[in-house]
Amino acid sequence: MKSSVIIFPGSNCDRDMDVALKKFGFKNQMIWHNDQSIPKSDLIVLPGGFSYGDYLRCGSIASKSKIIRSVIDFANSGGLVLGICNGFQILTESGLLTGILQQNKYLNFICKNVYVKVKDKKNKYFNNIKKDILELHIAHNEGNYFCSRDEIKSLEDNNQIAVTYCDQKGLENDENNPNGALKNIAGIFNKNKNVLGMMPHPERMIDKYLSGEDGSLFFENLLGNLK
Amino acid sequence: MKVTESVAIDHGLKKEEFTKICELLKRTPNITELGIFSAMWNEHCSYKSSRKHLKKLHTKGKQVIQGPGENAGVIDIGDDDAIVFKIESHNHPSFIEPYQGAATGVGGIMRDIFTMGARPIANLNSIHFGSPQHKKTKNLLRGVVKGIGGYGNCIGVPTIAGQTNFDESYNGNILVNAMTLGLVNKNKIFYSKAAGTNKPVIYVGSKTGRDGIHGASMASATFDDKIEEKKPTVQVGDPFTEKLLLEACLELMADNSIISIQDMGAAGLTSSSIEMASKGKLGIELDLSKVPCREEKMTPYEIMLSESQERMLIVLEKGKENYAKKIFDKWNLDFAVIGKTTNSKKIELLFENNKVAEIPIDLLAENSPMYDRKWKKTKLPQKIKFNKDDLKTINLSDCLKKILAFPNISDKKWIWDQYDHTVMGDTIQKPGGDAGVVRIHGSKKAVASSVDSSASYCFAHPFSGGKQVVCESWRNLISVGAKPIAITNCLNFGNPEKEKNMGEFVECVEGIAEASKYLDFPVVSGNVSFYNETNDRGIKPTPTIGGVGLISDYKKIITMDFKKNGNIVYVIGKTEGHLDQSVFAKDFLNEKKGAPPSINLFNEKNVGETLLKLIDLGLVASCHDVSLGGILVAVSKMCIKGNKGIKINPLKGLINKFEYFFGEDQGRYIIEVNKSNIKKVSEILNNNSIHYDEFGTVDEKMLSFKNDIKLPIEELSNVHKYWLRNYMDS
Repeated sequence: MKSSVIIFPGSNCDRDMDVALKKFGFKNQMIWHNDQSIPKSDLIVLPGGFSYGDYLRCGSIASKSKIIRSVIDFANSGGLVLGICNGFQILTESGLLTGILQQNKYLNFICKNVYVKVKDKKNKYFNNIKKDILELHIAHNEGNYFCSRDEIKSLEDNNQIAVTYCDQKGLENDENNPNGALKNIAGIFNKNKNVLGMMPHPERMIDKYLSGEDGSLFFENLLGNLK
Repeated sequence: MKVTESVAIDHGLKKEEFTKICELLKRTPNITELGIFSAMWNEHCSYKSSRKHLKKLHTKGKQVIQGPGENAGVIDIGDDDAIVFKIESHNHPSFIEPYQGAATGVGGIMRDIFTMGARPIANLNSIHFGSPQHKKTKNLLRGVVKGIGGYGNCIGVPTIAGQTNFDESYNGNILVNAMTLGLVNKNKIFYSKAAGTNKPVIYVGSKTGRDGIHGASMASATFDDKIEEKKPTVQVGDPFTEKLLLEACLELMADNSIISIQDMGAAGLTSSSIEMASKGKLGIELDLSKVPCREEKMTPYEIMLSESQERMLIVLEKGKENYAKKIFDKWNLDFAVIGKTTNSKKIELLFENNKVAEIPIDLLAENSPMYDRKWKKTKLPQKIKFNKDDLKTINLSDCLKKILAFPNISDKKWIWDQYDHTVMGDTIQKPGGDAGVVRIHGSKKAVASSVDSSASYCFAHPFSGGKQVVCESWRNLISVGAKPIAITNCLNFGNPEKEKNMGEFVECVEGIAEASKYLDFPVVSGNVSFYNETNDRGIKPTPTIGGVGLISDYKKIITMDFKKNGNIVYVIGKTEGHLDQSVFAKDFLNEKKGAPPSINLFNEKNVGETLLKLIDLGLVASCHDVSLGGILVAVSKMCIKGNKGIKINPLKGLINKFEYFFGEDQGRYIIEVNKSNIKKVSEILNNNSIHYDEFGTVDEKMLSFKNDIKLPIEELSNVHKYWLRNYMDS
């Protein structure tokens, strides 16, 4: 299975993602932002980091970069596009996903393990994962998801909410919402559910000696679906 | 501008120094030259007060590849892997402008590391603030933490450990010490020494602006009420550009194009060009018209003294210019050939076709002033006699809860939650442990690192304090199962022109030297920060030690959380009950006098090495060194981390329980051992003549000691965890 990780200037989770994809059997290649096209892939990943420094709205410059046209075409043709953290921000900025990611409610960068509830399993990212609650890891300053009332209704009606912040038992409330995201949203899909953006980093959760292993379930499932 | 003695004094030079410059040059320098002298002869760059004493440090060892004198120290960790590391202060700028000051401190130390060809793999920091009640403390703390996070998080290097301390002596001068570890192939290390004449000198990175002019001079003077005026001397950080610079430099380093490379840190283009030439015993000629500038009409003086960040100077092999330029173009960075190496042994500067400066390099480097400043020895304070009857009236439980919530003991999660500590995917011990640990990517090995300081001990008796900090660092590394290898030191002191402050410096250095020599724990890099003084009030002497150790198999790492009910808990190392200078004495009883605990280096080494043996044999379930607060605080932290309790055994002998529980005797650890290993552990401890106490048994969620203490762990956890968060929210 072939995957491509796009490197923007300022990406900093590109290597981590490369390690994770290869660990679970992807043939991964790294694609520079200035390249015209993306080689044939089953999955494109926009990794975390601070693309172009994120001195403007996070992800906004990356969403206008040369390579993003190819990513949009690939997504529109049904290809799987995964955006993690800054990648999620780039996906909302490029219009592939609805809404925006604002600064965290408590105005601080947050780096810690969180629990998320899998809200939809009729998609290639979560379909065969047995657990309903995953322990993942966040590290961001702008992860406070927001969208209009119509948009959230449409996300809910179409089951486009992918994961929400919760506690160990699955309770979703303000206390378990690390960044103030609307409806505790940690990740969403596009309408066809081939594009997923989420703030938590599954690639940092693939080793019991590190933060935990629930990220492995995510990658194993993804690979299983693409075989 | 005409250069006179008063202009020189405005530049921070002393009258005698200016006279010496005129003598050496056999003429009066012009303003650009004066700027260069002032930048190179200030304390920060010349180490003029400290050089004599720094020579006493123990700097050699089997695993040392590069000791002090380069951008950073380098140690061998086997299999061609080497760790490059250093700690550096950014105290003065952080007090003036906490966010940018701290951010550029982190940026600066990371550049020192990747300049040597190493990819940064971990950041640490030691930060000291004034009293929590002081009006500036909260904002300074918030700004510094945001600055450290803002820079490190953006670059994508995990911040794996740190230390935060509050003491009123820092009310007017906070300390921000940043440390970075990098990984390099030991055959591909880059140095700052230039070689060969007529080689192109290349400027890469950001453009030069008017920020940070005289930053190094500012950091070489004390503060007064007019510090707001010094804001323009603070540099502004751009972590994004640094990330590009990091990747571009490492890409260029994969080839053999670079002869020498030096980052433009303190005193910018001046010190970087002079250091490269001086080390290579060469001359250097720069055409300042070719330096990429951010602002218009910058003068040679401004260009030479700017401390704009994210810039590097490279001496390249001739003919490699185009190859190198392509790499920097790819990363959208400035690249300019601005000069060449010469055999003149002078620095010669051209600007718009005129020669604007010409100075023999040895006057700026090895022949810069060196002072043998007067200093005063600190006597060992007398022992305090605590009234045992007074102690009897103290409720042990209340006392413990109070101490766990003290600013210097309480949990610092509020801080490190704001640092990305997991990026790069190799952090196996996160902040909050005895030392941070990162794996060597793709291998079984891991490196542990910790930063420590003990200003109260150093203030009470600098020589003992200096020894103690080195031992503390050594213990923190051993506690996670790492073999200590080497240290870096950041020596933060007051005004060296005062005999007392100079004495504190000299004796701390001597203490560090003695301990590091005995423990074979050499100093491989470091930095000195003097003049941490405002309106005549200096800080407590604060040498900060950053230690690095190696874990050969990361699966054998030890953490401090209690693991299993029924396991036996030992205190290893002898407890005499030294209360003087302990947290209990100083902050609970308000008795600030007395001597710090003494250090027995033989015991320290013996206990540490034996414990490593126990860990290697897999006999230790958890481990934590006993430091600030004593045994009971250490055990409470192990309970809180593991969400387990402990049943403490009745004390043996006649020792007073307060002395036993809160004494800060050195060279001690607490270990948890599975019942099936007790025999082996006691045998090994006995064979090595190590004193140990059978302290208690891991228990269900309650810390108990006879009828004196019965505290649910949740209660302990709540008082320990929330002090800082509540303070910052209040």
